[in-house]
Amino acid sequence: MPRRRGRVPAALLIPAGLGLLFLVLPLAGLLIRAPWTTLPQRLTEPGALTALRLSVQTATLATALCLLLGVPLAWVLARVEFPGRRLVRALVTVPLVLPPVVGGVALLLVFGRRGLLGGWLDATFGLTLPFTTAGVVLAESFVAMPFLVIAVEGALRAADHRYEEAAATLGASRWTTFTHVTLPLVAPGLAAGAVLCWARALGEFGATITFAGNYPGRTQTMPLAVYLALETDLESAIVLSLVLLVVSVGILVALRDRWMTNA
Amino acid sequence: MSDRLLDARLVVDRGTFRLDVPLRVAPGEVVALLGPNGAGKTTALRALAGLHPLTDGHVTLDGVDLDRPATEGWVPTERRSIGVVFQDYLLFPHLSALDNVAFGPRRHGVDRRAARATAREWLGRVGLDAQAQRRPRQLSGGQAQRVALARALAVAPSLLLLDEPLAALDARTRLDTRAELHRHLSAHPGVTVLVTHDPLDALALADRLVIVEGGRVVQEGDGPSVTARPRTDYVARLVGLNLYRGRADGHTVRVAPELTLTVADRLDGEAFVAFRPAAVALHPTRPEGSPRNTWAGTVAGVQRHGDNVRVQLDGPIGVAADVTPAAAAQLQLIPGQRVWVAVKATETHAYPATG
Repeated sequence: MPRRRGRVPAALLIPAGLGLLFLVLPLAGLLIRAPWTTLPQRLTEPGALTALRLSVQTATLATALCLLLGVPLAWVLARVEFPGRRLVRALVTVPLVLPPVVGGVALLLVFGRRGLLGGWLDATFGLTLPFTTAGVVLAESFVAMPFLVIAVEGALRAADHRYEEAAATLGASRWTTFTHVTLPLVAPGLAAGAVLCWARALGEFGATITFAGNYPGRTQTMPLAVYLALETDLESAIVLSLVLLVVSVGILVALRDRWMTNA
Repeated sequence: MSDRLLDARLVVDRGTFRLDVPLRVAPGEVVALLGPNGAGKTTALRALAGLHPLTDGHVTLDGVDLDRPATEGWVPTERRSIGVVFQDYLLFPHLSALDNVAFGPRRHGVDRRAARATAREWLGRVGLDAQAQRRPRQLSGGQAQRVALARALAVAPSLLLLDEPLAALDARTRLDTRAELHRHLSAHPGVTVLVTHDPLDALALADRLVIVEGGRVVQEGDGPSVTARPRTDYVARLVGLNLYRGRADGHTVRVAPELTLTVADRLDGEAFVAFRPAAVALHPTRPEGSPRNTWAGTVAGVQRHGDNVRVQLDGPIGVAADVTPAAAAQLQLIPGQRVWVAVKATETHAYPATG
């Protein structure tokens, strides 16, 4: 039996309990007010299903994009010495602290029809990003990529780089070493980063509605649908929120069991 | 030179530390770089592997310059014909023992099946057929060491490098693995360079010892000559001898201003004198009669040493003496006590300090 180190001070216990209540109560409210009897019909309503499908698709594409660009970025930050590396690392984390709406505005200024790159993309390739599904993916990627980069860079730094030296002595080029040794070694960190990135992309609201708008079937993801439903049909908003809550908790459980306890 | 597969002069500047080690090794020869921690042995090994660039000098393997700063000659690690056994093995944790060994052949362009066949053969040679599918964390220390050796040898390297190959093993495993490792190193047709701070490993495994201290070679030669004629305090300590440098004149060597030792060998000029601690006798009073070297010393320390007692003595020269526990008890040896030290001339070994 562990020996008790005196009583827990009430001055800490009471705010701690209030804090916990504050975090849990809204979620409980969601569960209590959920229209359980009509839940199956509401879930299968075309509007809800469309938004859910679009959310999952865009979040998955955004995660793929983040992996494609973010893993090499993390590798460069972790493995290559270059001047201004600290500055680059700081820049990468800016979207983490930036209000997503600001991110959306910034994306519009660059990729909008009259933006820095948007005009050229439109004229050269006939490619329009704002207010399209591709725009949703872009907005989600912008906001979610730092999660992936930070997780993967951390994993790369923690991994013993001498394994890469061992691979070189066995004749592996730097690229082969990256694919055959480095990536498998950081797989847990990579997976955790990808899951966090996906979750962040799934919940993205501010940048998406600013940059991609709110068109059902095209750019209206779950969080946008929840926001819209709130004004017309409260029960529908609750059901959609419930779905997002279940997905979030699922991710948390998956992360805990598979990666975080091993870390 | 055609009979020298490896011809190198390893010069690496690291801040205030400078490594400068010439190294020439013939095919089939096993050379041990032996030295205390921080002597630069591992840096030398990393320079040979291309994991650390040379500041100056060269590494030439089989007539090809792998590294020569003067001409900017450089072959990166992955294109050198080398195999490295790292101190903690660095077996890839996500691959089975078999795939660890097959990794090298695969990177050298062998297809998957042939690489696996080669790997299986090598695992068989080190006696690990049954462990082929195990992950590194499921292997014992000795098994991991053998997988690491098989992995390094599976690419048939011209240059095999081993960094403290036995240091991570417990005493019992070490004994078995040392014998087995010796068998594989003897069979290796290329050059083998191993780095160790353990003289037993070096003597058991290597044909030639290169003693490195402070980034420089202080002595070189085969086991018997190095152990019989140490040239630095470090080597003398390694092989357990008392060693002094002095000026010889016929059968005497002046090793301290007020101490001249009579020796059996005859020589002149700068010389070393070495003798075993067991050849040193201690007496409560000045011994008389016999043709001995005698001087007064002070006990500085007493320790158990095997079945005997090792006594460290101060005096005109510091000396280690091994006496029986009975003699130690009779002399009532305690630090600070004065005793007479005697060494027979016939027990000493004197040799020139130059050349």
